Amino acid sequence: MSAAASDVVIAGVGMHPFGRFEGVSTTDMGVVAVRAALDEAGIGKGGFQAAFCGTVYGGVATGHKVLSRLGMTGMPIVDVEAGCASGGAALMLAAGAIRAGQYDTVLVFGTEKMPKGIIRSSFFEQWQEEAGLAATPAFFGLRAQRLCMTSGVTKDHLARVVVKNRRNGAANSDAMYQKETSVEEVLASRVVCEPLHLFMLCSPNEGAAALVLRRADLAAEAPKPVTLAAAVLRSHIPGPVLSESTPLSGLANDEVPAPTTIAATAAYEEAGLGPQDLDVVECQDTDAARELGSCEELGLCEPGGSAAFLDSGAMELGGRLPVNPSGGLLSKGEPLGASALGQIVELVRQLRGECGPRQVVGARTALSHTVGRGANAGVVILIR
Amino acid sequence: MRVMVREGLYTDGDPPALLASRCGTCGSVLFPRVDACTYCATEGPEPLDLTGPGTLWAWTAVTTPPPGYQGQVPFGMGVVELPEGVRVITRLTESDPGALEAGQAMELHIVTLHRDAEGQAVVTYAFAPVEAS
Repeated sequence: MSAAASDVVIAGVGMHPFGRFEGVSTTDMGVVAVRAALDEAGIGKGGFQAAFCGTVYGGVATGHKVLSRLGMTGMPIVDVEAGCASGGAALMLAAGAIRAGQYDTVLVFGTEKMPKGIIRSSFFEQWQEEAGLAATPAFFGLRAQRLCMTSGVTKDHLARVVVKNRRNGAANSDAMYQKETSVEEVLASRVVCEPLHLFMLCSPNEGAAALVLRRADLAAEAPKPVTLAAAVLRSHIPGPVLSESTPLSGLANDEVPAPTTIAATAAYEEAGLGPQDLDVVECQDTDAARELGSCEELGLCEPGGSAAFLDSGAMELGGRLPVNPSGGLLSKGEPLGASALGQIVELVRQLRGECGPRQVVGARTALSHTVGRGANAGVVILIR
Repeated sequence: MRVMVREGLYTDGDPPALLASRCGTCGSVLFPRVDACTYCATEGPEPLDLTGPGTLWAWTAVTTPPPGYQGQVPFGMGVVELPEGVRVITRLTESDPGALEAGQAMELHIVTLHRDAEGQAVVTYAFAPVEAS
């Protein structure tokens, strides 16, 4: 496609692998990812006019600390917190600023080092923690149970989502778990919150990812630029009791759309395409049921149709619409501020045809999705 | 003596009640009690006490102590739908998910979470299956 001046392209990407890295700081990981993205884009000091940094646990001036280490400061550096969708929020701000003519090149990165175990979130009030109601996996379990009731999803389906993603992750050197598993092994892992077993939940962890966004006409000479066709962030409309907004009550009304659906609808409109046009998807799979629910909320299958969608083989590598070819968060783990941008790095590499054994052959149109507490839902559409 | 895990959420009477609001404009029922309607932004919804019983809409059990929690595991957690048209996130007295069924009748109880430094019981709201009479 031809590059209009208002188009925004991704001219370079970089990653620090996701995992556990003792002795490596949030800053260290950010430096690795940013340096790689700038190298790919062929720009250095003075080459970008603003930087947005996604992080949740990084603390004060996380972005400044990374860019100080690289000797690249002076431009606005803004840390962005939007829970699981922090990277998507940073991307939306950067893309909007370029489209508005404020900047022509913007650095977007995310870096995170999370404590082990169940995420302790300052979202909850002290009494909620004391009452046991700050149990994040329990909310995942309740959503999973509702999906089982409404969509015919079984524990076998949930286990097969994990097996699929771990198989993909085994071919991803940036993933935390690079080992395949089996339905039997998943179901033999301990129950954390029914119906979810340990292997069906992603691990909060550490990592970083970075992108260079440029006005399309400036990046014409960059190697294989990928067009950012939509970068949307939305919050929730109240009503669903199990929304990622994590309320204490909701309405007895199942008609209110999920934040993911609201964001996806806007993203499809912005990109001028629909779910039927997609070739590859990276979506939120903080647990196995979340991936299936994401497919429904993104319109990749009918509402209530995610079990049949999985059964059809469509979501597998080589299927009609591969979902989480990177291995997803179930393989990579979830460093909150970096996870959304990690998806974009994967999709840019997929669209460039660089993914080796996990390559989605001929992929031209891609969607990434994150959703989390707030609620915040981010949907990004990329076109080669 | 027993102390509430947080004042203003429920009454510890017989029967107990959840302290909620009903919006005079859109009719939505909100728990906990609010200053402005979450759904339509109207200020000053009317107070409403929810006494149940309700029906079980979703449930699970928490098997690992979550952050900041000092009580026993496993414990039940779920969603109960009340006749006023509101679904409430709540602890459940039943910690075996296999012992519960969708749509079964649930009643409001006040239960002990743990004892504080002075030895007083810290209590909160929870729903329990209605025993067949």
